[in-house]
Amino acid sequence: MPAERQLPSSEARELIELTATMCDRELAPRVTEYEAASRFPREEFAVLGKAGLLSLPYPESFGGGEQPYEVYLQVLEEISYRWAAVAVGVSVHALSCYPLATFGTPEQQEEHLPRLLSGDLLGAYCLSEAHAGSDPAAMRVTATATDDGYLLNGTKAWVTHGGAADFYTVFARTSSDTRGGISCFLVDAGTPNIRFHPPEKKMGLTASPTTQISFDDVAVPASRLIGKVGQGLSIALSALDSGRLGIAATAVGLGQRALDDAVAYAKEREAFGKAIIDHQGLGFLLADMAAAVESARATTLAAARRRDAGLQYGRAASVAKLVATDAAMKVTEDAVQVLGGAGYTKDFPVERYMREAKVMQIFEGTNQIQRLVISRHLARG
Amino acid sequence: MNIVVTVKQVPDTWAEKKLDASDKTVDRKSVDNVMNEMDEYGVEEALKIKEAHGGEVTVVTMGPEKAVETIRKALSMGADKAVHLTDESLHGSDALATSAALAKVISTLSPDLIITSSEASDARGGVMGALLAERLGLPQLTQARKVTVDPGANKVSVERLADNGYALVEATLPAVVGVVEKINQPRYPSFKGIMAAKKKPLTKLSAADAGLDAGSVGLAGATSTVVDAQPAPPRQSGTIVKDEGDGGAKVAAFLAAQKLI
Repeated sequence: MPAERQLPSSEARELIELTATMCDRELAPRVTEYEAASRFPREEFAVLGKAGLLSLPYPESFGGGEQPYEVYLQVLEEISYRWAAVAVGVSVHALSCYPLATFGTPEQQEEHLPRLLSGDLLGAYCLSEAHAGSDPAAMRVTATATDDGYLLNGTKAWVTHGGAADFYTVFARTSSDTRGGISCFLVDAGTPNIRFHPPEKKMGLTASPTTQISFDDVAVPASRLIGKVGQGLSIALSALDSGRLGIAATAVGLGQRALDDAVAYAKEREAFGKAIIDHQGLGFLLADMAAAVESARATTLAAARRRDAGLQYGRAASVAKLVATDAAMKVTEDAVQVLGGAGYTKDFPVERYMREAKVMQIFEGTNQIQRLVISRHLARG
Repeated sequence: MNIVVTVKQVPDTWAEKKLDASDKTVDRKSVDNVMNEMDEYGVEEALKIKEAHGGEVTVVTMGPEKAVETIRKALSMGADKAVHLTDESLHGSDALATSAALAKVISTLSPDLIITSSEASDARGGVMGALLAERLGLPQLTQARKVTVDPGANKVSVERLADNGYALVEATLPAVVGVVEKINQPRYPSFKGIMAAKKKPLTKLSAADAGLDAGSVGLAGATSTVVDAQPAPPRQSGTIVKDEGDGGAKVAAFLAAQKLI
């Protein structure tokens, strides 16, 4: 049963319908095979890109869809409903475009944004390092000033689309000042001396490569510095506020999918002479799953509407990410329970949903970091 | 090239279809309505011909108010403008009346080429292309799996699907071409296409605007009447043969009784 949606315009409704149709036809038939084979669906991203789905939240003047987050996030949900790894990819692409779209100079935006938003290119976001995940200010990758730019050195970790992306938004240290010494750069994939490590062997989202990336004297022109020297950390954190909304929506879509699969199974499967959904033990479990998904969606869209209205939304985004990803974890785990032994096999997709949900509590700020953000807001207010 | 492509809004292909109890017409209220899937191929072919030879694609539909959704889909795929013939009096029109109404509208557009699909998934008559050609006095090339237009020679040729291959047939323009689903891979609308569709010209015509005589269309003007309809009976459970050492013989006897062996 598709989610009931409130949408602000008729074009938003048509956009959601277009997304659902495309994902049913292009993503749903391939997800099981590609996830099992760790095969990246680059062509499917291209199809979404051609329809304009990779640039929805960005200005029309640069080729974006200029859609409010309230609409963009519901599109992400529909994608995630068919293939979580693709939704994560769309969200990460939007995240990778954010620094240029928000902090770039008009000249930089003019030069690069149209191609980043064209739908032909895919972005990646390089913030974490092996020892610097929750604490990005501990990063060690350096950007050393030269006559006409910078030389990047060091290794980034946990890069979604590593090796598959066309451009990389890279954060690197331009001075030893812990928080004020980080800067942001836009680096093309083909720049010499970038080395992509083999993909991590992950528990879920296996169709999407996650790699380390090493920079060995990678020359980046000064024109590729995004924002001011030393502004990088605040750019990164600002981008993550938006990125977390994307992850929250991805989690809602995954949760909805797990719920729907569980309900469908519980209506068909009989025990003790009746459908298991008619046994109160299972019926209440499914009811709790539905409540979790719907409250996760409401929380996520409430944060999105704050952003659309121009209000502060960092705390709301952290709440949404925390609530939606915890809900997805609970709902996907319960979906396995509803399917019983069948749910524990790879013949049914719910075990995959459960594996996919787990990382959502971890990336773009662990849920412990979300609590830290929320509690700091509480302490400040 | 001035191309007209006909489209129809139909009940969702996968939905259980019902007839309205009161007048035995297709019940469109209780189901999702979508663009007839086959029409997507017609729209795609029209767009491809336009992209190759220039010109304009006009979408023509007849249907209730809601059919504007199907028009918008065709416009968001890339068609340039649309004509929507909609009127309470048209409700219940049969194929003959529909073809007369559409032909009247299409003739005012003076197209070089009219593209239809092979059938709509609700009525499945598969005759509209032929009827339109007859009404308009134009050649008809139906069941086309490939269309080649030569505007310079004022000619269109198609590979017409046949039982054991295809027939190459050609006609002078203007002509009516009916396409099958093998012909192409319909594009998805893009989000920009959806936005652009809102600004494209859409002409809404009543039966009177189109110069149709109210008595000749709709249920009143239908030349055929649906007297009664029943849903297909559910499939009967099969014959179960229990194998007590003679299963093979019993199955053979059953098949023989059905004259299958």
